[in-house]
Amino acid sequence: MGKRSVIPFGPQHPVLPEPIHLDLVVEDEKIVEAIPSIGFVHRGLEGLVTKKDFNQMTYIVERTCGICSFGHGMGYVETIEDIMKVEVPDRAKYLRTIWFEMSRIHSHLLWLGLMADAFGFENLFYQAWRIREKVLDMIEMTTGGRVIFSVNKVGGVIKDITPEMQAKILDDLKEVEAETKRIATTFLNDYSVKSRLCGVGILTKQQMIDLGCTGPFARASGLNNDIRLRGYEAYKDLDLEPCISTDGDCYARCDVRIQEIFQSIDLIRQACAKIPAGDIAVPVKGNPNGEAFVRLEQPRGEAVYYVKANGTPHIDRFRLRTPTFANLMGLCEMLKNTELADVGILAVTIDPCISCTER
Amino acid sequence: MIELRNPENVLIEIEKGELLAKVAEFKKKNNRLCQICAAYVNEKFELSYSFVDDETNLMSNIRLVVDPSEEVPSVTEIVPDALFYENEMKELFGVKIQNISLDFQDKLYRIAAVHPFGPQGPMGVSDGAEAATPENTVVAKAQAAKADAKPADDKEGK
Repeated sequence: MGKRSVIPFGPQHPVLPEPIHLDLVVEDEKIVEAIPSIGFVHRGLEGLVTKKDFNQMTYIVERTCGICSFGHGMGYVETIEDIMKVEVPDRAKYLRTIWFEMSRIHSHLLWLGLMADAFGFENLFYQAWRIREKVLDMIEMTTGGRVIFSVNKVGGVIKDITPEMQAKILDDLKEVEAETKRIATTFLNDYSVKSRLCGVGILTKQQMIDLGCTGPFARASGLNNDIRLRGYEAYKDLDLEPCISTDGDCYARCDVRIQEIFQSIDLIRQACAKIPAGDIAVPVKGNPNGEAFVRLEQPRGEAVYYVKANGTPHIDRFRLRTPTFANLMGLCEMLKNTELADVGILAVTIDPCISCTER
Repeated sequence: MIELRNPENVLIEIEKGELLAKVAEFKKKNNRLCQICAAYVNEKFELSYSFVDDETNLMSNIRLVVDPSEEVPSVTEIVPDALFYENEMKELFGVKIQNISLDFQDKLYRIAAVHPFGPQGPMGVSDGAEAATPENTVVAKAQAAKADAKPADDKEGK
């Protein structure tokens, strides 16, 4: 048995854009245990429900994170709509679906770039983020924002996508698809990339269930838990086959996320073809009274939104359980018996979003 | 059973003594722990434990209502991934949880306030408690105490 020592990892580390700390118990260069600690960017956003009214909260919830912002806003308004029994117009459902899938594409491209950076392939990182800019341009054209869209409201959406914008989106998606295919070839076939990813950080399907893991991280181990299959918003009208791999290693996680980019492009095309004409919002009167849980498939996995309202403009409790919060236990388990040099890559493969996690 | 609007969600109220058995039941059915959430409502803590059956993609919830002074058993022995949820409830709300497998001793979040969403915290005030104002939050009080203490320290230094 080698000498045991504890090596601190983070909260400031080159592979981590956001702060998380791990105490790594190592024996020589092998990790025996990883003890996480979070809480460096906790802002108490959930607590603001007692200070802001439920409509203002839509914009605060969106600001939980700069990458999953649209989904957070959508999850929150869906929960309020669920409590108030508001039937959102079909066109608004399709618009939300289109923006949600755009968010997924840019989030996965961001992750691919970070992953390339983590294994030292700088050029691939630039390429992934260059393609992502095109998706952000589409989002800016349709919503006016690149990070915070602010288009959701209780009862529907604030902005519409015109036929001209739709045509431009479909045109630009062709470029995004062709360019993503090019970088996907490198991610999935390059010898040096494969040698860093294949067989590293393996978790089985049963481990994913036992550790409560979600999203592409869990789907890479064969767990079919795509919440979109439940058919919320416009997903019930779209053909959707979950992207799953069974290898459970870093390569499989990369593969699943690349497949999901192409899947999202396909879903946007389907939604653009089927989007009905009509209103984009319905008027909503009164205050919510009751409670509801809503689950969404965010780019990083299942997010849970819970609201308990009391009939006043100030709701009693808002709860947001983010995918990274659920995947932290998976990260700690995955780190056991791996080499110290792989920690950076393994931490990135769960696609950690610490701002979301700590709220 | 509490009625939720979304028919795919079920919420069942249970007694404290049933908690571990009920959680073990979900574990036996190979359900995944989805989330645990605390809420401070009507001077009681409402604890919701959610499990998902990934085969059917359905969520089930159990609800435990406890007095703030009551202790709640930890479920980390049955579902180890409850660790962060239980530490969060303990730290942000002040829920008394017994025997968490890894207790962060209120250091999970780096915050100055003690139990900010709990009965006495700046975000959750019960009817009988002092109303939260910018002057009487735990953080403001700590800053005021620090400011009061500073001149005395300076004198000692001189």
